[in-house]
Amino acid sequence: MAIWLTKDSKVIVQGMTGSEGSKHTRRMLAAGTNVVGGVNPRKAGTTVDFDGTELPVFASVTDAMKATGADVTVIFVPPQFTKAAVVEAIDAGIGLAVVITEGVPVHDTAAFWAYNKSKGERTRIIGPNCPGIASPGASNAGIIPADITGSGRIGLVSKSGTLTYQMMYELRDIGFSTCVGIGGDPIIGTTHIDALAAFEADPETDAIVMIGEIGGDAEERAAEFIKANVTKPVVGYIAGFTAPPGKTMGHAGAIISGSAGTADAKKAALEAVGVKVGKTPTETANLMRELMSGR
Amino acid sequence: MDLYEYQGRDLFERHGLPVLAGGVATTPEEARAIAERLGGRVVVKAQVKVGGRGKAGGVKLAEGAEETVARATDILGMDIKGHTVHKVMITVTADVAEEYYFSYLLDRANRTFLCIASVAGGMDIEQVAAETPERVVKAPIDANTGVDEAKAREIVTAAGFPAEIADQVVEVAVKLWQAFVAEDATLVEVNPLATTKDGKLLLLDAKVTLDENAAFRHPDHEALVDQASVDPLEQAAKAKDLNYVKLDGEVGIIGNGAGLVMSTLDVVAYAGERHGGVKPANFLDIGGGASAEVMANGLEIVLSDPSVKSVFVNVFGGITACDAVANGIVQALALLEQRGEKATKPLVVRLDGNNAEAGRAILDGAANPLIQRVDTMDGAAERAAELAAAGV
Repeated sequence: MAIWLTKDSKVIVQGMTGSEGSKHTRRMLAAGTNVVGGVNPRKAGTTVDFDGTELPVFASVTDAMKATGADVTVIFVPPQFTKAAVVEAIDAGIGLAVVITEGVPVHDTAAFWAYNKSKGERTRIIGPNCPGIASPGASNAGIIPADITGSGRIGLVSKSGTLTYQMMYELRDIGFSTCVGIGGDPIIGTTHIDALAAFEADPETDAIVMIGEIGGDAEERAAEFIKANVTKPVVGYIAGFTAPPGKTMGHAGAIISGSAGTADAKKAALEAVGVKVGKTPTETANLMRELMSGR
Repeated sequence: MDLYEYQGRDLFERHGLPVLAGGVATTPEEARAIAERLGGRVVVKAQVKVGGRGKAGGVKLAEGAEETVARATDILGMDIKGHTVHKVMITVTADVAEEYYFSYLLDRANRTFLCIASVAGGMDIEQVAAETPERVVKAPIDANTGVDEAKAREIVTAAGFPAEIADQVVEVAVKLWQAFVAEDATLVEVNPLATTKDGKLLLLDAKVTLDENAAFRHPDHEALVDQASVDPLEQAAKAKDLNYVKLDGEVGIIGNGAGLVMSTLDVVAYAGERHGGVKPANFLDIGGGASAEVMANGLEIVLSDPSVKSVFVNVFGGITACDAVANGIVQALALLEQRGEKATKPLVVRLDGNNAEAGRAILDGAANPLIQRVDTMDGAAERAAELAAAGV
């Protein structure tokens, strides 16, 4: 089954004709994703050839959905236009919008999130500033490399891109149901908690790896959620134990302000609810391997 | 980006908010000119991005130009919690009757903005919230509807501001919100928001944080960056579009992806515990496409840090192919030699993921004595720490 993205998902790409958009559309197709078209009002009515697959370009998300039955959009437009692109996707009522774009102003993210809420959250938004979502062997929406791991029964949710890939690689002997990169921005559409809830409900996921990093208190809130709602085993990893306060470590959201957002606090919160937290990605993978070997 | 108080004051003034007349000085002579312009009694405040400057002696009253020069001379160059004072702000004084608290900030947990208001101002708001939570109002703000007069009045009433100043607080609340949005701020904090004895409302302090992601629509924000206090290596890195943060350690770090680099810092620090306490010297994320040039620029920055004794290049090839990264490293070392900056410090390289085998073969083929290949992240961190400890 996997979560949110399955082999039946029909994917469109907003920004498909741009350099990043076209590069990753090609990769998604190669990974077996059912990409059905793209959106660019200036090139509506044309088609783009991806190694023999002709994909139509539509004027709007609404048009694309009507013509193709698309239920997922992957957004690659530049930061200046991201808010408008997400609002368009929300207005069209698409089920899942994966926002890859990095560098989106937080006022814009807050605005499209508030807009989504006012529309009853019909659209699940993943990101911005995220690598996307991959259900290995079924579908891949975003930039997560498809060949790292095959399908299996671990669910993965992570704030970071390459750390996601690292963990997928470490546990490729077991495989994953779905890997979700939720992004490292201060405001994101899908949280650790959303993914934990979905993995808990997914019959094809047996255990969950959760990767967090410094900044905010999302991991602490996830710990509370796990205590109350998650029966499947969870293994955790937090990056940034040695990060100094007041310095942004790459991701806009990865900053310790005052005493808030430290890796130690997050680790303690997770361990307090029975989540095993590894010191390194490899150790974390080994904790998961031990857990799965008993099954 | 956090602003200095004087920059925040200027920003508030530009948005029509009531602040004290004043100016900023980097020398006692500039302070004199401001004091003469303002006339009478002034307050001289150290401009540092750290709290507790009053207790440290960084805030002084002065009567007239001569005294202002004397106080500015005392404060300029002062060290406050490790921050050297390079600038003082000089303002007229206010006859304060009451002090309040007002701020707008990002509420990550609720994915929206928050207004915090309290009639208990002038002190640490977190302390007020902990001791007397009933005196602090936290009102979520919808990012799309914002703060209009009605919303502002709701907040002012809930916080219990006195009736005689309510209209003024409402006006300030609306204008402050407009400034918060117009400038793409993630924090505007006024503590204290004060009334004077003649009943006027004034913003007596300004703590402002701006969103760097929004720089593309604020070309003027670039001028707010305090070049003098930016680490020279960080400045050089920024000029080359590298995401670099200087840290205090001996193992230079280069990796791809913010999360993986943060994780690399941790793994190196743990390994350092076994090797004389060496630590990571920097954070450097070279991002997705690690071309030879990006790698050369990154290596150049990391190697120019005199405290670096060894370098750990940690790359997981996702989109990036490891053979391209390996070529990048080999070419980067050659490029540095051409630039007359031949590397002499050992490089521990770990490549995994996309085309890792080909990448490793390229490194082996180059047979550069500086390059040591270790194929696991933990093992490579161990080796880099060991080399740094030996080189210290």
